[in-house]
Amino acid sequence: MLLDLAREPTSWSGISPLENVPYILGLLGTHLATALPPIVLSFLISLPLGWLANRYRWSRGALLTVVGILYAIPSVPLFVVLPVLIGTGLQDPINVVIALTLYGIALMVRSTADGLESVDPDIRQAATGMGFSSRGRFWRVELPLAGPVLIAGLRVVAVSTISLTTVGAVLGIKSLGRLFTEGIQRNIPTEIWTGILLTIVVALLFDVLIVLLGRVLLPWNRSSKPAISIMAPKLADA
Amino acid sequence: MNLFIDGLLWIFDPAHYGGTNGINTRTLEHLGISGAVLLIAIVIAVPLGYLIGHTGRGRGFIIALSGGVRALPTLGLIAVLGLSIGIGLDAPLIALVILAIPSVLAGAYSGFEAVDRRTIDAARAMGMTEWQIVRRVEIPLGLPLLIGGVRSAALQVIATATLADYIGGGGLGHYIFAGQQTGDYPQMLAGSILVVALALISEGLFGLLQRLVVPAGVSAGRPRNVRERSVRASAAVGS
Repeated sequence: MLLDLAREPTSWSGISPLENVPYILGLLGTHLATALPPIVLSFLISLPLGWLANRYRWSRGALLTVVGILYAIPSVPLFVVLPVLIGTGLQDPINVVIALTLYGIALMVRSTADGLESVDPDIRQAATGMGFSSRGRFWRVELPLAGPVLIAGLRVVAVSTISLTTVGAVLGIKSLGRLFTEGIQRNIPTEIWTGILLTIVVALLFDVLIVLLGRVLLPWNRSSKPAISIMAPKLADA
Repeated sequence: MNLFIDGLLWIFDPAHYGGTNGINTRTLEHLGISGAVLLIAIVIAVPLGYLIGHTGRGRGFIIALSGGVRALPTLGLIAVLGLSIGIGLDAPLIALVILAIPSVLAGAYSGFEAVDRRTIDAARAMGMTEWQIVRRVEIPLGLPLLIGGVRSAALQVIATATLADYIGGGGLGHYIFAGQQTGDYPQMLAGSILVVALALISEGLFGLLQRLVVPAGVSAGRPRNVRERSVRASAAVGS
């Protein structure tokens, strides 16, 4: 098995996915390596930005406008434009990582700001009264209480990012999306279906993982249902 | 950065207008695909969303649908439809409608759900029939949220219509894919800049529309506070 993986096949052969397990696993590995950094990075970067958005009246309007515009930039054009801005090659996976991180930030800054805003002002004052510094209050009171909203936002980011990673394949960037482009070029429906199902399964798996992570980190929240907004947008797929 | 200038020059080159591959033709194609998809999605999703919003039954269905479609890779859908019904415009059209429906549905539904129950009770107490409540209370009050749903659907559709040409469906994506095949980076950038421009224009126009459709009575009574403050803050300092 290790030997098989070492000699990773470069294309799909035959019809059945079962004959192509090493190939699929190779693409899955690349897919995860491309999709996971944006999920983690956008969460981390959005914490200070979300805090800032919630801190001042002007910063909220300004930041939410910027992330709104960022979010409105279609992904395939962004994959084409980014290499010119940062000097990478057109098929460099780093373009996808950066683009998806930007989209993640666009979604997550809003969630973070909303989450922090949802903290009852009386609780904030009580914490100050108990002697928390503003930094301690943020990390130990406001952030944990904003947790459910952050978790809901992170779920949307994770699922969208994993699904959107496939789009890079139209420019030749390796991911599970390769199964779509190759499947249509060589007329192999099973290859495309394998890609679709695997992408959905991986996305839902991460969704469940984040929910579980939320339960572990926010045990006091267990009884209430995670509030995921149905208006939370799906990232545009191109 | 010089490449950007080349991309812009490509857009403004008169030689790239007119004919089946002209920028004007491709832009109209792109807008035509997007408009048709939105229209079909609205016809399907708005009545359904209103029904669910008015009766309050089927909320779980909307949540499951929007979650499921978020995970569904549209490129895969376009590819699999392309193989079964042939290359061209049909496959991307169907895929884009599937992509657009959840946003419009959620907009229609949440527009109804957001209406204060007391407002509906008041309308009923005034003797309005169910149909009148829908037409004269729920639809006008829910319109901004519906437009919000159509707005995000439009953004997704304009962005994703770029993929239509991957299986020969035309639109502005053509410049990106044709440019890549011939190694013509300015052409790829030109296509990208045009798609981004369309997306931003759509966002701007729908944002404006969203403000315009707020009923006058609602905007007059809307609270203006951005950040909620504790009442005790003012009590403590005595103002």
